[in-house]
Amino acid sequence: MEKEKIITSQNVHLYYGEKEALKGIDLDFPKNGIHALIGPSGCGKSTYLRCLNRMNDLIDNVKITGAIKLDDEDIYSPKMDTVELRKRVGMVFQQPNPFPFSIYENVVYGLRIAGVKDKNLLDERVETSLKQAAVWDDVKDDLHKSALALSGGQQQRVCIARVLAVKPEVILLDEPTSALDPVSSNKVEEMLLTLKNEYTCIIVTHNMQQASRISDTTSFFLNGNLIETGPTKQIFVNPTKKETDDYLSGRFG
Amino acid sequence: MNTKKVNKLALAVIKLIAAVVVVILAFLLGKILLSGLPHVSWHFLTTPSRSFTAGGGIGIQLFNSFYLLILTLLISFPLSLGAGIYLAEYAPKNRVTEGVRMAIEVLSSLPSVVVGLFGFLLFVVQFKMGFSIISGAIALTFFNLPLLTRNVEDSLNNVPKLQREAGLALGLSKWHTVTKIILPEALPGILTGIVLCAGRVFGEAAALIYTAGQSATNIDFSNWNPFDESSPLNLFRPAETLAVHIWKINSEGIMPDAEQISAGASAVLIVAVLIFNLSARYLGNRLYKRLTASK
Ligand SMILES: Nc1ncnc2c1ncn2[C@@H]1O[C@H](COP(=O)(O)OP(=O)(O)OP(=O)(O)O)[C@@H](O)[C@H]1O
Ligand SMILES: [Mg+2]
Repeated sequence: MEKEKIITSQNVHLYYGEKEALKGIDLDFPKNGIHALIGPSGCGKSTYLRCLNRMNDLIDNVKITGAIKLDDEDIYSPKMDTVELRKRVGMVFQQPNPFPFSIYENVVYGLRIAGVKDKNLLDERVETSLKQAAVWDDVKDDLHKSALALSGGQQQRVCIARVLAVKPEVILLDEPTSALDPVSSNKVEEMLLTLKNEYTCIIVTHNMQQASRISDTTSFFLNGNLIETGPTKQIFVNPTKKETDDYLSGRFG
Repeated sequence: MNTKKVNKLALAVIKLIAAVVVVILAFLLGKILLSGLPHVSWHFLTTPSRSFTAGGGIGIQLFNSFYLLILTLLISFPLSLGAGIYLAEYAPKNRVTEGVRMAIEVLSSLPSVVVGLFGFLLFVVQFKMGFSIISGAIALTFFNLPLLTRNVEDSLNNVPKLQREAGLALGLSKWHTVTKIILPEALPGILTGIVLCAGRVFGEAAALIYTAGQSATNIDFSNWNPFDESSPLNLFRPAETLAVHIWKINSEGIMPDAEQISAGASAVLIVAVLIFNLSARYLGNRLYKRLTASK
């Protein structure tokens, strides 16, 4: 049976000024699970990922054509409220970027802005989000400590908790573990595995083991094109395209 | 010569230059403070000045300086904050924005005498505001605005782009991201800039001679109704500040103790500016620590 799609994209082209960074991407994501985007540096993974929550809007001179839909709603239609969209599609960055507030304030920030005042609800959401992000045990004794006083790995998990607290449907992660040590990376990976039943996670990674360990589907990008997409196992064991095979066996990139 | 020697030599030269600067500064400060501080007393700081006899103080001038400073900041800070936020966060990168930046740069290099004369012609004469605190405050705003705006803009630009993305990606509006996340993070820098500007304003004389005036009318410190002529808060009274007072005593002072008063007033001025500068560093550091480490 075909699984329900949460995000669909058709013929997405993106230009940074004259430069065409995405050359017609058709890619759909089924609801829930972990989806990995892989490919050599500069092939357009981040660019594509940032199309999905319209973060590219912030860059001058960007032109995007094609259609990207979230639950059948065109996210680039003039009716789409980007603020609302980004609440539904959260994002975790390569570098941990907590706000210069306490851990508690970092996690509840999105909720506060959305107008939630109920102290009990906030407390409850902080605890569940931090637990989901597997950082509760590290920080529970001092939630009012500045988030900047944490280690990089802890900061990254607090950033993930911050995203989880607003209960998005989709979480975009752009190389979330590349700045972390192996132990912290493992914690983030394990955490993603527990989240995948409730959330759709789309992760860009340069770590092939990571992609093969945790993802359900994998898409391979090359020079702004989507070369191949499919179940992770099939892509890694039995790719249909020569480029994919070359890349995975380390013949280039 | 090998690189190691070149390195050593360059370092020695740089150290020498730095030492010269420090020595000059220490000499100046030492001289002003040593010759001035002996004349400073509580009496000196609180009594009005006298024109013809000895024993006058700088009470009113000191008050005027602070009052003018506060007024100037009240006017110029909101303006520069708005302009700085606009330039750093919202302004499109085009010719108009470049033009605005350029205008600010030009404004910041105007000599303060010119600002003073401009203020004199426009506010004092044209708008009939007379020699008054408010004319002085507006003139100082012109003098202050470019640097403050620049400071706000730079402080905002120093906040990493990643923080903006974090806010927006969390679903905050741009305005919210700027005011609730970027601005607090830029606050230490902005505050330092304000206090440094305060020091500049406090020591400014040329822009005030023709705007706030050169006379310290007697004011009655028990009358706090700003609409009364004798009230310290009155905006339309002429107000000689400390810096202007020093200038005046040195050019035309006829009281017998002019030299001592000038020395004492200079020392007070220097101490005030030093306090501004040191507290700018202290406040900036503290705020930064509060933001970045545990409360
Ligand atoms: N803001 C920008 N302005 C202009 N060109 C850009 C911009 N961002 C990215 N590009 C270009 O678009 C192409 C794709 O970049 P992108 O960041 O998506 O690559 P990536 O696949 O994420 O690479 P990496 O694995 O190194 O992160 C690159 O050639 C890059 O130079
Ligand atoms: Mg990237």
